[in-house]
Amino acid sequence: MLSKKNKEALFNPLSKDNPVLVQILGICSSLAVTASLEPAIVMGISVIAVLAFSNVIISFLRKTIPTNIRIIVQLVVVAALVIIVQQILTAYQYDVSKQLSVFIGLIITNCILMGRLEAFAMHNSPWPSFLDGVGNGLGYTIILLVVAFFRELLGSGKLFGYQVVPQWCYDHGYENNGLMILAPMALITVGCIIWWHRAHNKDLQEN
Amino acid sequence: MKALRNFMNKIEPSFRPGGKLAKLESVYDGMETFLFTPNTTSRSGSHIHDGNDLKRTMITVVVALIPALLFGMYNIGYQHYLAIGENSTGWFTMFLYGLLAMLPVIVVSYAVGLGIEFISAQIHHKEIQEGFLVTGILIPLIVPINTPLWMTAVATAFAVIFAKEIFGGTGMNIFNVALITRAFLFFSYPSRMSGDEAFVKVDSALGMGGGTVVDTFTGATPLGQVATSVGDPVMTDVLGQPIGMFDALFGYIPGSPGETSVIAILIGAAILLITGIASWRIMCSVFVGGLGMAALVHALPSATYPASMLDPITQLCLGGFAFGAVFMATDPVTGARTRVGQYIYGLLIGVFAILIRVYNSGYPEGMMLAILLMNAFAPLIDHCVVSFNIKRRARRAATRG
Repeated sequence: MLSKKNKEALFNPLSKDNPVLVQILGICSSLAVTASLEPAIVMGISVIAVLAFSNVIISFLRKTIPTNIRIIVQLVVVAALVIIVQQILTAYQYDVSKQLSVFIGLIITNCILMGRLEAFAMHNSPWPSFLDGVGNGLGYTIILLVVAFFRELLGSGKLFGYQVVPQWCYDHGYENNGLMILAPMALITVGCIIWWHRAHNKDLQEN
Repeated sequence: MKALRNFMNKIEPSFRPGGKLAKLESVYDGMETFLFTPNTTSRSGSHIHDGNDLKRTMITVVVALIPALLFGMYNIGYQHYLAIGENSTGWFTMFLYGLLAMLPVIVVSYAVGLGIEFISAQIHHKEIQEGFLVTGILIPLIVPINTPLWMTAVATAFAVIFAKEIFGGTGMNIFNVALITRAFLFFSYPSRMSGDEAFVKVDSALGMGGGTVVDTFTGATPLGQVATSVGDPVMTDVLGQPIGMFDALFGYIPGSPGETSVIAILIGAAILLITGIASWRIMCSVFVGGLGMAALVHALPSATYPASMLDPITQLCLGGFAFGAVFMATDPVTGARTRVGQYIYGLLIGVFAILIRVYNSGYPEGMMLAILLMNAFAPLIDHCVVSFNIKRRARRAATRG
């Protein structure tokens, strides 16, 4: 079940082959949904679900898909899964789905999905593809959570909507940083994480 | 002097690798070059020599900033005593109040900025660069006087790290560091950067001054008043008395410390132009672009955009336009370098500054954003000018041959 290769498929994307930090994919949505932790975690779970199951489905179909229309087939599969996720969210998590607005729908165009389908699911059997999908989704989610943690803490003084910066600080002149809520600071935060990550992984550093 | 030299020689070994204080090597180098002219000369190749090194360039800009700085201090005191209804106070008291109000900001700006530069130089084993000399004095001049010191410190740290050190330090930055400081404050703490409470200091400065403001007090800058006015724009001073272009020209208006007096800024501009530090092409074309755009919007006045009713000259005297044109746009590192490029760069800064100021009701002042925008485009402008030049010459050579 978890041979060495499968373990790599599951755990490499968490750090060494992280889709956001190393492949620089999915940046757009990681800027858009990370203003606070709650939408970030919902977005992360949605991406894990869509990525894992589309990987499995494409992996099953991989021998029957004609090469020249494979992108369309992949898109149809992903789109169907995204619509299911979107409907579930609207039914059970209405407020969060409002906050995420178009970005759940835009999972279809998330480069991580197309990248994994093309690079992994088209050449591997369903079980490793499933693990690869979960691993990459987790790698993406971890980055979303780290970015959202700093943005929500410094930008609103809250975590998961609960006030964590005490009133005492505000009474003594502390103020929330409005720039953290805006997209530019999300990009800079992602940049800082990549900086830190490369500094701790010598083999990733370019010359 | 001799004793100092001997002392420096004596303590030198402990700062070199292996010494006790090797971690402070860059500090030692910085102090040594600050105190003594280094006697090392280059040994290979030919070099064009000019006595005008980075240190002297920076000091000249600081000197050019002094008129604006001194007047800014006086104006802080003037606005303060006007606001608390003691406008018969002597000018020296006003100046002293302003000095005490600005001193902490200057200290914070230099301490944070130079601190980061020292640490960064030590990490990279480089010499400390003088780049922060000018930035450190620009920041207090363009940040509203009521900004809390910790905000200035955070913004300065952000700007020095993310706008400068990341790009490789002095001379490598894409954006003007002082303007990034201001932009960071502007977007992070918008309530501190505009409105009634940002620009006129009413409480005491290091124990001096302070009092209750008069009833008619309004602390908004003229541009801020214009942006929110209905009908014909009326500008008033802090007591509600109407003011005109000449108040703005001399600088007796609320605003960031350095930006109010156009005359003081023009003295600085003269120093920069005579010494040849700043590019007259950029400076002039910013004013021309601004004047042209201001004339255009004045020709098409609209009640929706009250700032379009200001006449062009007043438009240029208000807000940070003159200060930005003289000290920010001409930054040789972030501006365009080709001659034609400098004209284009300057003109567009002027045009965009007025465009943002008049037609974007969210931002009563547009100079900061205009310069930062054109900073981003300066390399592209230069690239286009250079490649156009290459093509033109190639074509000329082809027709002759």
